[in-house]
Amino acid sequence: MAAVTLLEARGLTHRFGGLTAVRGVDFDLTQGECHALIGPNGAGKTTLVSLLSGRLPVQTGAIRFAGQDITRLPAHQRVRRGIAYTFQITSVYAGLSVAENAGLAIQSRGGAEAEVPAALARVGLEGMAEARAGTLSYGHQRLLELAMGLALHPRLLILDEPTQGLSAGEIGRFKDLVAGLTPEITVLLIEHNMEVVMDLARRITVLNFGEVLATGTPKAIRANRAVQSAYLGG
Amino acid sequence: MKALLLHLGVLAGLLALNFLAPAYHHAMLARIMVLAVFGLGYNIAFGYTGLLSLGHALYFAAGLYATGLLSQAGWSAGPALLAGVLAGGAIALVSGALALRTAGVSLMIVTLMFAQAGYQTILYYTPLTRGEEGFNLTNAGRMLGPVNLTEETPRYLAALALFAVALLLKLALVRSRRGRVMVAVRENEERSRMLGYDVFRVKLVALTLSGLYAGAAGAAWAVLFGYVGAGFAGIQYSILPLLYTLLGGAGTVLGPFLGALLMFYLIDLTSDVSQSYLFMVGASLLILVVFAPKGILGSLRARGLKWLP
Amino acid sequence: MGFWPIFLLALMEGLVSAAVLAITAAGLSLVFGVMRVVNVAHGAFFMLGAVGAWFVTTYVPGPPALVFLAAMILAPLCVAALAGLADIAVLKRLNYSPDATIVATIGLLYILEQGALSFFGPSARPVPAPFSFRIQLPWFGYSGYKLAVVVAAVVLLAVLWLMINRTKAGLVMRATQSDPEIARAFGINTDKVYAGVFAFGAGLAALAGVLVVPIQQAYYLMGEGPLLMSFIVVIIGGLGSLRGTLVAALFIGLSDGVISMFFSPTLTEILATLLVAFVLIFRPQGLFGRGAA
Repeated sequence: MAAVTLLEARGLTHRFGGLTAVRGVDFDLTQGECHALIGPNGAGKTTLVSLLSGRLPVQTGAIRFAGQDITRLPAHQRVRRGIAYTFQITSVYAGLSVAENAGLAIQSRGGAEAEVPAALARVGLEGMAEARAGTLSYGHQRLLELAMGLALHPRLLILDEPTQGLSAGEIGRFKDLVAGLTPEITVLLIEHNMEVVMDLARRITVLNFGEVLATGTPKAIRANRAVQSAYLGG
Repeated sequence: MKALLLHLGVLAGLLALNFLAPAYHHAMLARIMVLAVFGLGYNIAFGYTGLLSLGHALYFAAGLYATGLLSQAGWSAGPALLAGVLAGGAIALVSGALALRTAGVSLMIVTLMFAQAGYQTILYYTPLTRGEEGFNLTNAGRMLGPVNLTEETPRYLAALALFAVALLLKLALVRSRRGRVMVAVRENEERSRMLGYDVFRVKLVALTLSGLYAGAAGAAWAVLFGYVGAGFAGIQYSILPLLYTLLGGAGTVLGPFLGALLMFYLIDLTSDVSQSYLFMVGASLLILVVFAPKGILGSLRARGLKWLP
Repeated sequence: MGFWPIFLLALMEGLVSAAVLAITAAGLSLVFGVMRVVNVAHGAFFMLGAVGAWFVTTYVPGPPALVFLAAMILAPLCVAALAGLADIAVLKRLNYSPDATIVATIGLLYILEQGALSFFGPSARPVPAPFSFRIQLPWFGYSGYKLAVVVAAVVLLAVLWLMINRTKAGLVMRATQSDPEIARAFGINTDKVYAGVFAFGAGLAALAGVLVVPIQQAYYLMGEGPLLMSFIVVIIGGLGSLRGTLVAALFIGLSDGVISMFFSPTLTEILATLLVAFVLIFRPQGLFGRGAA
């Protein structure tokens, strides 16, 4: 089966004042893959993902998603088109119950309240439906955030540093969960933990100083000289 | 269920008071109910959606003046009332479309400035609006069909009817899916956006609903009490619904009514002793914001009455 | 009189209101800049300054000029003390949360107005100017006191400028403004700075009230106009930027003087308030502001 391109970004450049955070980036996501975005701190990962999800307006360049131009669409409409985003620092409705958190995600795509238990069960939070989300442990809040992302029934799920702050055991469970999402859902993973990246990703894009340094399979990336020197500070 | 019974109980109690309350309290309750509608609307924006406006007097005055001026022009009470409600909503929609581009402190100042501009506009057109002095509606303009709203009992029942509709609609709203999205926007705007909600639109709808309530209260005030004046457009009338809401409990359905009730009687009781209206309002605001930011019903809800909507 | 003499008179009147406005707004701007507090009670402090001046000039015996000088010192000091107390008793307990402090200062405004109403009464009372010198121009005579107010304002603002930029107190204030956390780490007691800035801002408003009272009369609701105008000036000048505030005060004061000479003052106010709203919506950094001064 020929690979179908789900998302296609061309010539993205973004400046904050005098600083160019992202410079002329071309970026493709293939339907059904798990694609990791890595790079040193300040390489422009978060800016690039913010441009894709619509949290930042596009200054120059264009983005196509599922064959349609979404360059000018505001964030909430991109979510409706199927791009879900989970925050780098967990962002749940701390004052509302776990069930209501999931319910709000389901409601957003017009789903019924009856789907809440299944959405929570998918990440193993079924026992905590009535707890206030703000009282959950950090790891559980991460899971809730994932549940909300999945409850949107996205075509593309963007995970922004999902394992940051999790224990080793939690990371293992998280990996299993994410591994089971493809190929129904395309996953874009921004991650520092190389073990997680190498286990999950089928392709990796490396950013450095706002530009794409390399794209390829984990094996190819590991062998890439330029990547090695960027990471080793060469 | 419990919640619905509670609210119906309050309404039944108010109906009973129509027959039981002494004339003085009867008249006061009618005013409280109309201003409580203003507060209920304010709470939709502030308590449920998190929009702190300092300019709701503009929407109240829009209803008051639309109804009052149309009544002057010979419209009968029914259409004039309807126009007043719509005027409140329309002004809220237009000013909100601009003001909601800002948030937090800027939103407070922008709404304050819009209301101030509205107040000054009323003064500027004094030949038409009679300015601070105001004008009275004719008795003919206060006939709602066969019902004579200059008489105590029909007036009380009309105020109660308006309050009942406003209260039950709000109860339905906050328990609806839209109500839940409003709370979601209040709790975490960015999260709501990234769940696919059009946050600006949610806010604008909430503010417009709030304006419809304020307009209805203003329109009813004109017809029920027969007086229209620029004082109702001043900053005090932007602060009052905020005070009622803070006192009763922001984000509770009955809170603004309870707040209005308590504030009216507090001022009434102390005014026998001294003319200290300003002090009562000021001290209440200070005490609430320092010691009880959740208000009465909000504190009760936090202490176990979880079902309180 | 022809057009130009009237225009000159309008400019002079505008200059006087710009001077008073600049002092008042500088206080509001300082409080917002350092504390991020929108002080709605600022107009009440202005009014208390004027009322205080009435009390001092009425009950303290002595030559008028000296008594007025005493009022210029005593009234702002008392108001500043009151404001410092309010900061410690109320604003600090709210952790300076923007929404809560606005509501609290509204409460404070009402309480202070009630205080003035109860102890000073509902009527407006005049305070004589410390001297009654008149300057005779070819077309009209002009109050020497009004010109003295302008001179006093220029001196005062220059001192304020030096204080903020050249003294230790100013440095501490600017440090707290740019980052309270770091200021604390360097051993600055930010609670004291906040209380001090709030008191100082209120004192400036009170001083403006004292200066204006021989022109205007003292009245318990007289603070509402200056409050609104200060808001307008501070916002158009760029929130928290003192330089912008001063430029805007001059601009607004002069244009207000000129426009209201030829048009209805109500219309001027409608346009000014709408201008503020639109500045906040479309140009939140202000018309003259380029970040904090």
